Amino acid sequence: MNPTLSPLNPPSAAATNAVFIRRSLTLSLRNTESLLMAIILPVMLMLLFTYVFGGAIAPGGDYANYVVPGIILLCAGYGAATTAVDVSTDMTNGIIDRFRTMPIRSLSVVTGHVAASLARNLVATGVVIGVALLVGFRPNGTFVEWVAALGVIVLFILTLTWLYAAIGLVAGSPSAASGYGFILLFLPYLSSAFVPIDTMPDWLRGVARHQPITPLIETIRGLLLGTPVGDNAWIGAVWCAGLILIALVWCGAAFRKRAGRR
Amino acid sequence: MKLAIEVKGLRKSFGGQTVLGGVDISVAEGEIYALLGPNGAGKTTLINILTTLVPADGGSARIAGYDVASEGGKVKQSISLTGQFAAVDEMLTAEENLRMMCRLSGMTAAESKRRTEELLRRFDLSGAARKRVKTFSGGMRRRVDLAISLVASRPVLFLDEPTTGLDTVSRRALWDIIAELKASGMTIFLTTQYLEEADQLADRIGVVNGGRIVAEGTAAELKARVGGEVIELTSEREQWSRTVATTGSVQDIGRVLNALAPTLPPDTQVTIRRPSMDDVFIALTHQTSEVSVS
Ligand SMILES: Nc1ncnc2c1ncn2[C@@H]1O[C@H](COP(=O)(O)OP(=O)(O)OP(=O)(O)O)[C@@H](O)[C@H]1O
Ligand SMILES: [Mg+2]
Repeated sequence: MNPTLSPLNPPSAAATNAVFIRRSLTLSLRNTESLLMAIILPVMLMLLFTYVFGGAIAPGGDYANYVVPGIILLCAGYGAATTAVDVSTDMTNGIIDRFRTMPIRSLSVVTGHVAASLARNLVATGVVIGVALLVGFRPNGTFVEWVAALGVIVLFILTLTWLYAAIGLVAGSPSAASGYGFILLFLPYLSSAFVPIDTMPDWLRGVARHQPITPLIETIRGLLLGTPVGDNAWIGAVWCAGLILIALVWCGAAFRKRAGRR
Repeated sequence: MKLAIEVKGLRKSFGGQTVLGGVDISVAEGEIYALLGPNGAGKTTLINILTTLVPADGGSARIAGYDVASEGGKVKQSISLTGQFAAVDEMLTAEENLRMMCRLSGMTAAESKRRTEELLRRFDLSGAARKRVKTFSGGMRRRVDLAISLVASRPVLFLDEPTTGLDTVSRRALWDIIAELKASGMTIFLTTQYLEEADQLADRIGVVNGGRIVAEGTAAELKARVGGEVIELTSEREQWSRTVATTGSVQDIGRVLNALAPTLPPDTQVTIRRPSMDDVFIALTHQTSEVSVS
Protein backbone atom coordinates (compact mmCIF):
# COMPACT_ATOMS: atom_id res chain seq x y z
CA MET A 1 0.00 0.00 0.00
CA ASN A 2 1.20 3.47 -0.77
CA PRO A 3 -0.62 6.11 1.21
CA THR A 4 0.17 9.07 -0.93
CA LEU A 5 -1.08 12.01 1.05
CA SER A 6 -2.34 13.84 -2.01
CA PRO A 7 -6.04 14.37 -1.34
CA LEU A 8 -8.39 13.09 -3.98
CA ASN A 9 -10.92 15.49 -5.37
CA PRO A 10 -14.36 14.80 -3.95
CA PRO A 11 -16.76 13.15 -6.43
CA SER A 12 -19.32 15.32 -8.20
CA ALA A 13 -22.89 15.44 -6.93
CA ALA A 14 -23.98 13.38 -9.93
CA ALA A 15 -21.34 10.72 -9.27
CA THR A 16 -22.30 10.62 -5.59
CA ASN A 17 -25.96 10.16 -6.46
CA ALA A 18 -25.10 7.46 -8.95
CA VAL A 19 -23.19 5.52 -6.29
CA PHE A 20 -26.05 5.76 -3.81
CA ILE A 21 -28.71 4.89 -6.39
CA ARG A 22 -26.74 1.84 -7.35
CA ARG A 23 -26.37 0.88 -3.71
CA SER A 24 -30.10 1.21 -3.01
CA LEU A 25 -31.01 -0.75 -6.13
CA THR A 26 -28.65 -3.53 -5.07
CA LEU A 27 -30.16 -3.53 -1.58
CA SER A 28 -33.66 -3.65 -3.07
CA LEU A 29 -32.77 -6.65 -5.20
CA ARG A 30 -31.19 -8.45 -2.22
CA ASN A 31 -34.13 -7.82 0.05
CA THR A 32 -35.96 -10.73 -1.53
CA GLU A 33 -38.93 -10.73 0.84
CA SER A 34 -39.75 -7.11 0.13
CA LEU A 35 -39.16 -7.59 -3.53
CA LEU A 36 -41.46 -10.57 -3.66
CA MET A 37 -44.11 -8.66 -1.74
CA ALA A 38 -43.79 -5.77 -4.15
CA ILE A 39 -44.73 -8.11 -6.98
CA ILE A 40 -47.20 -10.45 -5.29
CA LEU A 41 -49.15 -7.73 -3.52
CA PRO A 42 -50.31 -5.97 -6.70
CA VAL A 43 -51.49 -9.30 -8.11
CA MET A 44 -53.36 -10.17 -4.91
CA LEU A 45 -54.97 -6.76 -4.59
CA MET A 46 -55.99 -6.74 -8.22
CA LEU A 47 -57.63 -10.16 -7.93
CA LEU A 48 -59.16 -9.34 -4.54
CA PHE A 49 -60.82 -6.18 -5.72
CA THR A 50 -62.06 -7.49 -9.06
CA TYR A 51 -63.32 -10.90 -7.99
CA VAL A 52 -64.11 -10.60 -4.26
CA PHE A 53 -65.32 -7.02 -3.81
CA GLY A 54 -66.09 -6.24 -7.43
CA GLY A 55 -69.37 -8.10 -7.52
CA ALA A 56 -70.74 -6.27 -4.50
CA ILE A 57 -69.39 -2.85 -5.40
CA ALA A 58 -70.30 -2.87 -9.09
CA PRO A 59 -72.85 -5.61 -9.76
CA GLY A 60 -72.86 -4.74 -13.46
CA GLY A 61 -69.26 -6.03 -13.83
CA ASP A 62 -66.72 -3.58 -15.28
CA TYR A 63 -65.25 -2.92 -11.83
CA ALA A 64 -61.77 -3.71 -13.16
CA ASN A 65 -61.87 -0.60 -15.30
CA TYR A 66 -62.91 1.52 -12.35
CA VAL A 67 -60.46 0.15 -9.82
CA VAL A 68 -57.15 -0.14 -11.73
CA PRO A 69 -55.95 3.45 -11.15
CA GLY A 70 -56.71 3.05 -7.45
CA ILE A 71 -54.79 -0.22 -7.20
CA ILE A 72 -51.80 1.31 -8.96
CA LEU A 73 -51.64 4.08 -6.38
CA LEU A 74 -52.33 1.71 -3.49
CA CYS A 75 -49.44 -0.54 -4.53
CA ALA A 76 -47.19 2.45 -4.99
CA GLY A 77 -48.07 3.34 -1.41
CA TYR A 78 -47.02 -0.06 -0.12
CA GLY A 79 -43.88 -0.10 -2.24
CA ALA A 80 -42.83 3.37 -1.16
CA ALA A 81 -43.38 2.59 2.51
CA THR A 82 -40.23 0.42 2.48
CA THR A 83 -38.29 3.65 1.95
CA ALA A 84 -39.09 4.79 5.50
CA VAL A 85 -37.61 1.57 6.86
CA ASP A 86 -34.56 1.69 4.55
CA VAL A 87 -33.77 5.30 5.46
CA SER A 88 -34.29 4.67 9.16
CA THR A 89 -32.04 1.61 9.04
CA ASP A 90 -29.26 3.68 7.50
CA MET A 91 -29.71 6.44 10.05
CA THR A 92 -29.59 4.15 13.07
CA ASN A 93 -26.65 2.13 11.74
CA GLY A 94 -23.10 3.48 11.99
CA ILE A 95 -22.81 3.72 8.21
CA ILE A 96 -24.37 7.17 8.12
CA ASP A 97 -21.51 8.48 10.28
CA ARG A 98 -19.05 7.10 7.79
CA PHE A 99 -20.82 8.92 4.93
CA ARG A 100 -20.97 12.08 6.98
CA THR A 101 -17.23 12.15 7.55
CA MET A 102 -16.59 11.93 3.81
CA PRO A 103 -16.45 15.02 1.60
CA ILE A 104 -19.78 14.27 -0.05
CA ARG A 105 -23.35 15.51 0.30
CA SER A 106 -24.46 12.72 2.59
CA LEU A 107 -28.17 13.44 2.13
CA SER A 108 -27.62 11.73 -1.23
CA VAL A 109 -27.98 8.45 0.59
CA VAL A 110 -31.68 9.30 0.86
CA THR A 111 -31.84 10.24 -2.81
CA GLY A 112 -30.56 6.75 -3.57
CA HIS A 113 -33.41 5.17 -1.64
CA VAL A 114 -35.95 7.39 -3.39
CA ALA A 115 -34.64 6.40 -6.81
CA ALA A 116 -34.76 2.72 -5.89
CA SER A 117 -38.32 3.11 -4.64
CA LEU A 118 -39.28 4.68 -7.95
CA ALA A 119 -37.77 1.74 -9.84
CA ARG A 120 -39.46 -0.86 -7.61
CA ASN A 121 -42.81 0.83 -7.87
CA LEU A 122 -42.67 1.19 -11.61
CA VAL A 123 -42.13 -2.56 -11.82
CA ALA A 124 -45.10 -3.08 -9.51
CA THR A 125 -47.17 -0.73 -11.66
CA GLY A 126 -46.26 -2.80 -14.70
CA VAL A 127 -47.43 -5.92 -12.89
CA VAL A 128 -50.73 -4.30 -11.90
CA ILE A 129 -51.42 -3.21 -15.44
CA GLY A 130 -50.49 -6.63 -16.80
CA VAL A 131 -52.81 -8.46 -14.39
CA ALA A 132 -55.50 -5.83 -14.92
CA LEU A 133 -55.47 -6.46 -18.67
CA LEU A 134 -55.97 -10.17 -17.98
CA VAL A 135 -58.98 -9.61 -15.70
CA GLY A 136 -60.85 -7.23 -17.95
CA PHE A 137 -59.18 -3.81 -17.86
CA ARG A 138 -59.92 -2.20 -21.23
CA PRO A 139 -58.16 1.17 -21.46
CA ASN A 140 -58.68 3.31 -24.55
CA GLY A 141 -55.92 5.91 -24.07
CA THR A 142 -53.67 7.02 -26.92
CA PHE A 143 -49.90 6.69 -26.65
CA VAL A 144 -49.62 10.29 -25.48
CA GLU A 145 -52.29 9.71 -22.84
CA TRP A 146 -50.41 6.64 -21.59
CA VAL A 147 -47.22 8.64 -21.30
CA ALA A 148 -49.09 11.37 -19.41
CA ALA A 149 -50.66 8.77 -17.09
CA LEU A 150 -47.21 7.33 -16.44
CA GLY A 151 -46.03 10.84 -15.61
CA VAL A 152 -48.82 11.18 -13.05
CA ILE A 153 -47.88 7.84 -11.51
CA VAL A 154 -44.21 8.80 -11.32
CA LEU A 155 -45.13 12.09 -9.69
CA PHE A 156 -47.26 10.27 -7.13
CA ILE A 157 -44.55 7.71 -6.34
CA LEU A 158 -41.97 10.46 -5.86
CA THR A 159 -44.26 12.47 -3.61
CA LEU A 160 -45.07 9.55 -1.41
CA THR A 161 -41.49 8.27 -1.34
CA TRP A 162 -40.07 11.61 -0.24
CA LEU A 163 -42.69 11.76 2.50
CA TYR A 164 -41.71 8.27 3.60
CA ALA A 165 -38.04 9.27 3.50
CA ALA A 166 -38.81 12.14 5.88
CA ILE A 167 -40.68 9.74 8.15
CA GLY A 168 -37.66 7.44 8.09
CA LEU A 169 -35.43 10.35 9.10
CA VAL A 170 -37.53 11.40 12.09
CA ALA A 171 -38.46 7.90 13.33
CA GLY A 172 -36.36 6.59 16.18
CA SER A 173 -36.00 3.09 14.76
CA PRO A 174 -36.81 1.13 11.60
CA SER A 175 -39.84 -0.47 13.24
CA ALA A 176 -41.16 2.90 14.39
CA ALA A 177 -40.67 4.15 10.83
CA SER A 178 -42.69 1.27 9.52
CA GLY A 179 -45.43 2.03 12.08
CA TYR A 180 -45.73 5.74 11.25
CA GLY A 181 -45.59 4.95 7.57
CA PHE A 182 -48.73 2.89 7.89
CA ILE A 183 -50.84 6.02 8.32
CA LEU A 184 -50.23 7.16 4.75
CA LEU A 185 -51.47 3.82 3.45
CA PHE A 186 -55.01 4.68 4.47
CA LEU A 187 -55.27 7.65 2.14
CA PRO A 188 -56.22 5.66 -0.97
CA TYR A 189 -59.15 4.07 0.85
CA LEU A 190 -60.53 7.52 1.70
CA SER A 191 -60.56 8.60 -1.94
CA SER A 192 -62.43 7.84 -5.11
CA ALA A 193 -60.08 4.89 -5.67
CA PHE A 194 -62.50 2.08 -4.84
CA VAL A 195 -65.96 3.61 -4.69
CA PRO A 196 -67.33 6.87 -6.10
CA ILE A 197 -67.27 9.72 -3.59
CA ASP A 198 -71.05 10.24 -3.97
CA THR A 199 -71.64 6.93 -2.21
CA MET A 200 -69.84 8.08 0.95
CA PRO A 201 -71.48 9.80 3.95
CA ASP A 202 -71.44 13.61 3.80
CA TRP A 203 -68.62 14.17 6.29
CA LEU A 204 -66.34 11.75 4.48
CA ARG A 205 -66.95 13.32 1.09
CA GLY A 206 -65.14 16.47 2.20
CA VAL A 207 -62.11 14.44 3.23
CA ALA A 208 -62.16 12.34 0.07
CA ARG A 209 -62.43 15.38 -2.21
CA HIS A 210 -59.74 17.41 -0.54
CA GLN A 211 -56.84 15.01 -0.55
CA PRO A 212 -54.25 14.37 -3.25
CA ILE A 213 -55.25 10.85 -4.23
CA THR A 214 -58.69 11.64 -5.61
CA PRO A 215 -57.56 14.17 -8.25
CA LEU A 216 -54.67 11.90 -9.27
CA ILE A 217 -56.96 8.92 -9.68
CA GLU A 218 -59.51 10.94 -11.64
CA THR A 219 -56.69 12.17 -13.88
CA ILE A 220 -55.42 8.66 -14.57
CA ARG A 221 -58.97 7.47 -15.22
CA GLY A 222 -59.55 10.32 -17.60
CA LEU A 223 -56.31 9.63 -19.49
CA LEU A 224 -56.71 5.85 -19.79
CA LEU A 225 -60.47 5.43 -19.88
CA GLY A 226 -61.74 8.70 -21.33
CA THR A 227 -63.74 9.95 -18.33
CA PRO A 228 -63.70 13.75 -17.86
CA VAL A 229 -60.46 15.03 -16.30
CA GLY A 230 -61.60 18.57 -15.57
CA ASP A 231 -59.52 20.48 -13.03
CA ASN A 232 -58.18 17.25 -11.53
CA ALA A 233 -54.89 17.27 -13.46
CA TRP A 234 -53.65 20.60 -12.17
CA ILE A 235 -55.12 20.11 -8.68
CA GLY A 236 -53.25 16.80 -8.44
CA ALA A 237 -50.05 18.38 -9.76
CA VAL A 238 -50.26 21.22 -7.24
CA TRP A 239 -50.84 18.73 -4.42
CA CYS A 240 -47.80 16.69 -5.45
CA ALA A 241 -45.54 19.69 -6.00
CA GLY A 242 -46.54 21.13 -2.64
CA LEU A 243 -46.04 17.86 -0.80
CA ILE A 244 -42.68 17.16 -2.46
CA LEU A 245 -41.51 20.61 -1.45
CA ILE A 246 -42.63 20.07 2.14
CA ALA A 247 -41.05 16.60 2.20
CA LEU A 248 -37.73 17.91 0.83
CA VAL A 249 -37.52 20.72 3.36
CA TRP A 250 -38.54 18.30 6.10
CA CYS A 251 -35.89 15.79 5.00
CA GLY A 252 -33.18 18.45 4.97
CA ALA A 253 -34.11 19.71 8.44
CA ALA A 254 -34.56 16.23 9.91
CA PHE A 255 -31.22 15.10 8.48
CA ARG A 256 -29.35 18.01 10.00
CA LYS A 257 -31.08 17.66 13.35
CA ARG A 258 -30.55 13.94 13.45
CA ALA A 259 -26.93 14.36 12.52
CA GLY A 260 -26.05 16.57 15.50
CA ARG A 261 -27.49 14.07 17.93
CA ARG A 262 -25.18 11.21 17.22
CA MET B 1 6.52 21.55 13.95
CA LYS B 2 3.21 21.54 12.12
CA LEU B 3 0.15 20.42 14.04
CA ALA B 4 -2.22 17.91 12.52
CA ILE B 5 -4.69 18.17 15.38
CA GLU B 6 -5.06 21.20 17.60
CA VAL B 7 -7.75 21.17 20.25
CA LYS B 8 -8.25 24.10 22.62
CA GLY B 9 -10.66 24.32 25.54
CA LEU B 10 -13.12 21.96 23.89
CA ARG B 11 -16.36 21.55 25.80
CA LYS B 12 -19.42 19.39 25.29
CA SER B 13 -22.42 18.60 27.47
CA PHE B 14 -25.38 16.33 26.88
CA GLY B 15 -28.34 17.70 28.78
CA GLY B 16 -26.92 18.67 32.15
CA GLN B 17 -24.06 16.18 31.97
CA THR B 18 -20.66 17.65 31.14
CA VAL B 19 -18.80 15.11 29.03
CA LEU B 20 -15.87 17.27 27.95
CA GLY B 21 -14.97 20.12 30.28
CA GLY B 22 -12.19 21.92 28.45
CA VAL B 23 -9.93 19.54 26.58
CA ASP B 24 -6.59 20.66 25.09
CA ILE B 25 -4.63 18.38 22.80
CA SER B 26 -1.96 18.98 20.20
CA VAL B 27 -0.83 16.26 17.85
CA ALA B 28 2.07 16.87 15.49
CA GLU B 29 2.02 15.73 11.88
CA GLY B 30 3.08 12.13 11.59
CA GLU B 31 2.55 11.39 15.26
CA ILE B 32 0.50 8.58 16.79
CA TYR B 33 -1.54 9.84 19.70
CA ALA B 34 -3.46 7.43 21.93
CA LEU B 35 -6.32 8.54 24.10
CA LEU B 36 -6.87 6.42 27.17
CA GLY B 37 -9.80 6.67 29.50
CA PRO B 38 -12.35 4.61 31.35
CA ASN B 39 -15.77 3.81 29.83
CA GLY B 40 -17.85 6.94 29.47
CA ALA B 41 -14.85 9.28 29.74
CA GLY B 42 -15.82 11.04 26.51
CA LYS B 43 -13.37 9.49 24.07
CA THR B 44 -15.95 8.77 21.40
CA THR B 45 -17.55 12.16 21.94
CA LEU B 46 -14.18 13.84 21.33
CA ILE B 47 -13.61 11.82 18.15
CA ASN B 48 -17.12 12.67 16.96
CA ILE B 49 -16.41 16.37 17.39
CA LEU B 50 -13.02 16.16 15.67
CA THR B 51 -14.56 14.31 12.72
CA THR B 52 -17.37 16.90 12.32
CA LEU B 53 -20.11 14.47 13.34
CA VAL B 54 -21.13 16.39 16.46
CA PRO B 55 -20.79 20.13 17.10
CA ALA B 56 -18.88 21.25 20.21
CA ASP B 57 -20.43 23.57 22.76
CA GLY B 58 -17.30 25.65 23.18
CA GLY B 59 -13.60 25.83 22.46
CA SER B 60 -12.01 25.13 19.10
CA ALA B 61 -10.54 22.26 17.14
CA ARG B 62 -8.46 22.36 13.98
CA ILE B 63 -7.55 19.39 11.83
CA ALA B 64 -4.75 19.83 9.31
CA GLY B 65 -5.16 23.56 9.90
CA TYR B 66 -8.91 23.62 9.18
CA ASP B 67 -11.52 24.52 11.76
CA VAL B 68 -13.96 21.65 12.38
CA ALA B 69 -16.89 24.01 12.93
CA SER B 70 -16.48 26.38 9.99
CA GLU B 71 -14.41 24.41 7.45
CA GLY B 72 -16.07 21.01 7.70
CA GLY B 73 -15.64 20.31 4.00
CA LYS B 74 -11.86 20.76 4.13
CA VAL B 75 -11.67 18.75 7.33
CA LYS B 76 -13.53 15.87 5.69
CA GLN B 77 -11.01 15.88 2.87
CA SER B 78 -8.22 15.50 5.42
CA ILE B 79 -9.57 12.72 7.61
CA SER B 80 -10.90 9.23 7.71
CA LEU B 81 -12.60 7.53 10.61
CA THR B 82 -13.09 4.04 11.90
CA GLY B 83 -15.73 4.46 14.54
CA GLN B 84 -16.19 2.38 17.65
CA PHE B 85 -18.99 0.38 16.05
CA ALA B 86 -18.62 -1.18 12.64
CA ALA B 87 -19.94 1.11 9.92
CA VAL B 88 -20.33 -1.23 6.99
CA ASP B 89 -23.20 -2.10 4.74
CA GLU B 90 -24.22 -5.57 5.85
CA MET B 91 -26.23 -6.40 2.75
CA LEU B 92 -23.29 -5.68 0.45
CA THR B 93 -20.21 -7.83 0.04
CA ALA B 94 -16.83 -6.77 1.37
CA GLU B 95 -15.76 -5.97 -2.16
CA GLU B 96 -18.87 -3.92 -2.88
CA ASN B 97 -18.45 -1.99 0.35
CA LEU B 98 -14.90 -1.08 -0.56
CA ARG B 99 -15.70 -0.20 -4.15
CA MET B 100 -18.55 2.02 -3.04
CA MET B 101 -16.28 3.90 -0.64
CA CYS B 102 -13.59 4.22 -3.32
CA ARG B 103 -16.10 5.80 -5.67
CA LEU B 104 -17.39 8.10 -2.92
CA SER B 105 -13.81 9.17 -2.28
CA GLY B 106 -13.54 10.37 -5.84
CA MET B 107 -11.75 7.48 -7.57
CA THR B 108 -12.55 6.31 -11.07
CA ALA B 109 -14.00 2.84 -11.59
CA ALA B 110 -10.62 1.44 -12.59
CA GLU B 111 -8.82 3.01 -9.64
CA SER B 112 -11.55 1.73 -7.33
CA LYS B 113 -11.16 -1.80 -8.58
CA ARG B 114 -7.40 -1.75 -8.13
CA ARG B 115 -7.52 -0.15 -4.71
CA THR B 116 -10.22 -2.55 -3.53
CA GLU B 117 -8.17 -5.59 -4.53
CA GLU B 118 -5.14 -4.15 -2.81
CA LEU B 119 -7.02 -3.55 0.44
CA LEU B 120 -8.76 -6.93 0.38
CA ARG B 121 -5.39 -8.59 0.10
CA ARG B 122 -3.84 -6.48 2.77
CA PHE B 123 -6.59 -7.17 5.27
CA ASP B 124 -6.65 -10.85 4.46
CA LEU B 125 -10.17 -10.65 3.07
CA SER B 126 -9.60 -11.82 -0.49
CA GLY B 127 -11.20 -15.18 0.23
CA ALA B 128 -14.38 -13.64 1.63
CA ALA B 129 -14.52 -10.70 -0.78
CA ARG B 130 -17.69 -11.86 -2.50
CA LYS B 131 -19.60 -12.75 0.64
CA ARG B 132 -22.09 -10.42 2.25
CA VAL B 133 -20.71 -8.69 5.31
CA LYS B 134 -23.83 -9.85 7.19
CA THR B 135 -22.31 -13.34 7.29
CA PHE B 136 -18.93 -12.16 8.65
CA SER B 137 -17.58 -12.69 12.14
CA GLY B 138 -17.03 -9.65 14.35
CA GLY B 139 -13.32 -9.59 13.64
CA MET B 140 -13.79 -9.83 9.87
CA ARG B 141 -16.32 -7.03 9.98
CA ARG B 142 -13.84 -4.93 11.88
CA ARG B 143 -11.23 -5.58 9.22
CA VAL B 144 -13.61 -4.49 6.47
CA ASP B 145 -14.34 -1.40 8.49
CA LEU B 146 -10.66 -0.60 8.85
CA ALA B 147 -9.97 -1.30 5.21
CA ILE B 148 -12.70 1.16 4.28
CA SER B 149 -11.14 3.93 6.32
CA LEU B 150 -7.87 3.45 4.46
CA VAL B 151 -9.46 3.70 1.04
CA ALA B 152 -8.46 7.28 0.38
CA SER B 153 -5.29 7.59 2.51
CA ARG B 154 -6.15 10.89 4.09
CA PRO B 155 -3.45 12.58 6.16
CA VAL B 156 -5.23 12.20 9.52
CA LEU B 157 -6.73 8.90 10.63
CA PHE B 158 -9.07 8.50 13.59
CA LEU B 159 -9.47 5.05 15.09
CA ASP B 160 -11.95 4.60 17.92
CA GLU B 161 -10.97 1.39 19.71
CA PRO B 162 -9.69 -0.23 16.52
CA THR B 163 -8.67 -3.53 18.04
CA THR B 164 -11.60 -4.18 20.36
CA GLY B 165 -12.99 -7.56 19.44
CA LEU B 166 -9.95 -8.67 17.45
CA ASP B 167 -8.02 -11.80 18.35
CA THR B 168 -4.33 -11.55 19.17
CA VAL B 169 -3.17 -12.36 15.65
CA SER B 170 -5.45 -9.81 14.03
CA ARG B 171 -4.51 -7.26 16.64
CA ARG B 172 -0.81 -7.69 15.93
CA ALA B 173 -1.51 -7.49 12.21
CA LEU B 174 -3.33 -4.22 12.75
CA TRP B 175 -0.50 -2.86 14.84
CA ASP B 176 1.85 -3.59 11.96
CA ILE B 177 -0.44 -1.75 9.59
CA ILE B 178 -0.65 1.23 11.93
CA ALA B 179 3.14 1.31 12.18
CA GLU B 180 3.41 1.26 8.39
CA LEU B 181 0.89 4.04 8.04
CA LYS B 182 2.89 6.10 10.46
CA ALA B 183 6.03 5.43 8.47
CA SER B 184 4.25 6.81 5.41
CA GLY B 185 3.65 10.08 7.26
CA MET B 186 0.08 9.66 8.40
CA THR B 187 -1.08 11.18 11.68
CA ILE B 188 -3.08 8.73 13.77
CA PHE B 189 -5.39 9.54 16.66
CA LEU B 190 -6.66 6.45 18.39
CA THR B 191 -8.53 5.49 21.50
CA THR B 192 -8.00 2.21 23.16
CA GLN B 193 -8.89 0.16 26.20
CA TYR B 194 -5.67 -1.81 25.89
CA LEU B 195 -2.87 -0.11 27.70
CA GLU B 196 -0.33 -2.38 26.10
CA GLU B 197 -1.54 -1.11 22.75
CA ALA B 198 -0.99 2.51 23.73
CA ASP B 199 2.39 1.55 25.13
CA GLN B 200 3.43 -0.22 21.92
CA LEU B 201 2.02 2.09 19.30
CA ALA B 202 1.71 5.61 20.53
CA ASP B 203 4.31 8.35 20.44
CA ARG B 204 2.26 10.15 23.03
CA ILE B 205 -0.57 9.12 25.31
CA GLY B 206 -3.28 11.29 26.81
CA VAL B 207 -5.31 10.05 29.72
CA VAL B 208 -8.81 11.48 29.84
CA ASN B 209 -10.96 11.34 32.94
CA GLY B 210 -13.87 13.38 34.15
CA GLY B 211 -13.95 15.34 30.90
CA ARG B 212 -10.34 16.54 31.11
CA ILE B 213 -6.90 15.39 30.05
CA VAL B 214 -5.42 14.43 33.41
CA ALA B 215 -2.02 13.37 32.13
CA GLU B 216 -0.13 13.41 28.88
CA GLY B 217 3.24 12.19 27.75
CA THR B 218 5.17 9.25 26.38
CA ALA B 219 4.54 5.87 27.96
CA ALA B 220 7.85 6.20 29.83
CA GLU B 221 6.95 9.63 31.16
CA LEU B 222 3.59 8.45 32.38
CA LYS B 223 5.10 5.44 34.07
CA ALA B 224 7.61 7.69 35.77
CA ARG B 225 4.77 9.75 37.18
CA VAL B 226 3.43 6.77 39.05
CA GLY B 227 6.68 6.40 40.93
CA GLY B 228 9.82 4.35 41.02
CA GLU B 229 8.61 0.86 41.82
CA VAL B 230 5.31 -0.81 42.47
CA ILE B 231 4.90 -3.32 45.28
CA GLU B 232 2.51 -6.09 44.47
CA LEU B 233 1.14 -8.08 47.38
CA THR B 234 -0.67 -11.35 46.69
CA SER B 235 -2.22 -13.97 48.87
CA GLU B 236 -2.86 -17.26 47.05
CA ARG B 237 -5.01 -18.64 49.80
CA GLU B 238 -7.32 -15.66 50.04
CA GLN B 239 -7.33 -14.96 46.27
CA TRP B 240 -6.40 -11.40 47.07
CA SER B 241 -3.95 -8.93 45.62
CA ARG B 242 -3.03 -5.33 45.99
CA THR B 243 -0.56 -2.91 44.39
CA VAL B 244 1.09 0.04 46.10
CA ALA B 245 3.29 2.64 44.42
CA THR B 246 6.52 3.63 46.09
CA THR B 247 9.40 5.92 45.29
CA GLY B 248 11.60 2.85 44.98
CA SER B 249 13.87 3.79 47.90
CA VAL B 250 14.65 1.17 50.55
CA GLN B 251 13.18 3.43 53.22
CA ASP B 252 9.93 3.95 51.40
CA ILE B 253 9.45 0.27 50.57
CA GLY B 254 10.27 -0.64 54.17
CA ARG B 255 7.82 1.93 55.52
CA VAL B 256 5.00 0.66 53.29
CA LEU B 257 5.64 -2.99 54.14
CA ASN B 258 5.90 -2.29 57.87
CA ALA B 259 2.70 -0.31 57.84
CA LEU B 260 0.79 -2.97 55.96
CA ALA B 261 2.26 -6.14 57.44
CA PRO B 262 -0.14 -6.50 60.40
CA THR B 263 -3.18 -6.32 58.11
CA LEU B 264 -1.97 -8.81 55.50
CA PRO B 265 -2.96 -12.49 55.25
CA PRO B 266 -0.15 -14.70 56.61
CA ASP B 267 0.76 -16.25 53.20
CA THR B 268 1.18 -12.87 51.43
CA GLN B 269 3.99 -12.79 48.86
CA VAL B 270 5.65 -9.61 47.75
CA THR B 271 7.02 -8.68 44.32
CA ILE B 272 8.59 -5.40 43.37
CA ARG B 273 8.36 -4.28 39.74
CA ARG B 274 8.41 -1.29 37.44
CA PRO B 275 4.99 0.32 37.01
CA SER B 276 2.98 -0.91 34.03
CA MET B 277 0.54 1.10 31.97
CA ASP B 278 -2.21 -0.48 34.05
CA ASP B 279 -0.80 1.10 37.18
CA VAL B 280 -0.61 4.42 35.38
CA PHE B 281 -4.16 4.15 34.20
CA ILE B 282 -5.54 3.16 37.56
CA ALA B 283 -3.57 5.83 39.37
CA LEU B 284 -4.56 8.59 36.99
CA THR B 285 -8.21 7.74 36.73
CA HIS B 286 -8.58 6.95 40.45
CA GLN B 287 -10.47 3.82 39.74
CA THR B 288 -9.29 2.42 43.04
CA SER B 289 -7.59 4.01 46.00
CA GLU B 290 -5.05 1.22 46.18
CA VAL B 291 -2.37 3.04 44.25
CA SER B 292 -1.39 6.57 45.03
CA VAL B 293 0.45 8.86 42.64
CA SER B 294 3.65 10.03 44.22
N1 LIG C 1 -25.85 11.52 22.10
C1 LIG C 1 -25.71 11.49 23.43
N2 LIG C 1 -26.70 11.91 24.23
C2 LIG C 1 -26.56 11.90 25.58
N3 LIG C 1 -25.47 11.49 26.22
C3 LIG C 1 -24.44 11.07 25.48
C4 LIG C 1 -24.50 11.03 24.05
N4 LIG C 1 -23.33 10.56 23.58
C5 LIG C 1 -22.57 10.30 24.66
N5 LIG C 1 -23.23 10.59 25.80
C6 LIG C 1 -22.71 10.45 27.17
O1 LIG C 1 -21.43 11.00 27.22
C7 LIG C 1 -20.56 10.24 28.02
C8 LIG C 1 -19.31 9.90 27.26
O2 LIG C 1 -19.62 9.01 26.22
P1 LIG C 1 -18.56 8.49 25.18
O3 LIG C 1 -19.24 7.57 24.27
O4 LIG C 1 -17.86 9.67 24.57
O5 LIG C 1 -17.56 7.71 26.13
P2 LIG C 1 -16.31 6.79 25.74
O6 LIG C 1 -15.15 7.38 26.45
O7 LIG C 1 -16.20 6.66 24.28
O8 LIG C 1 -16.72 5.44 26.42
P3 LIG C 1 -16.41 3.92 25.95
O9 LIG C 1 -15.03 3.59 26.41
O10 LIG C 1 -17.42 3.13 26.70
O11 LIG C 1 -16.58 3.85 24.48
C9 LIG C 1 -21.36 9.03 28.47
O12 LIG C 1 -21.75 9.23 29.80
C10 LIG C 1 -22.55 9.01 27.55
O13 LIG C 1 -23.67 8.55 28.23
MG1 LIG D 1 -16.34 5.11 22.99
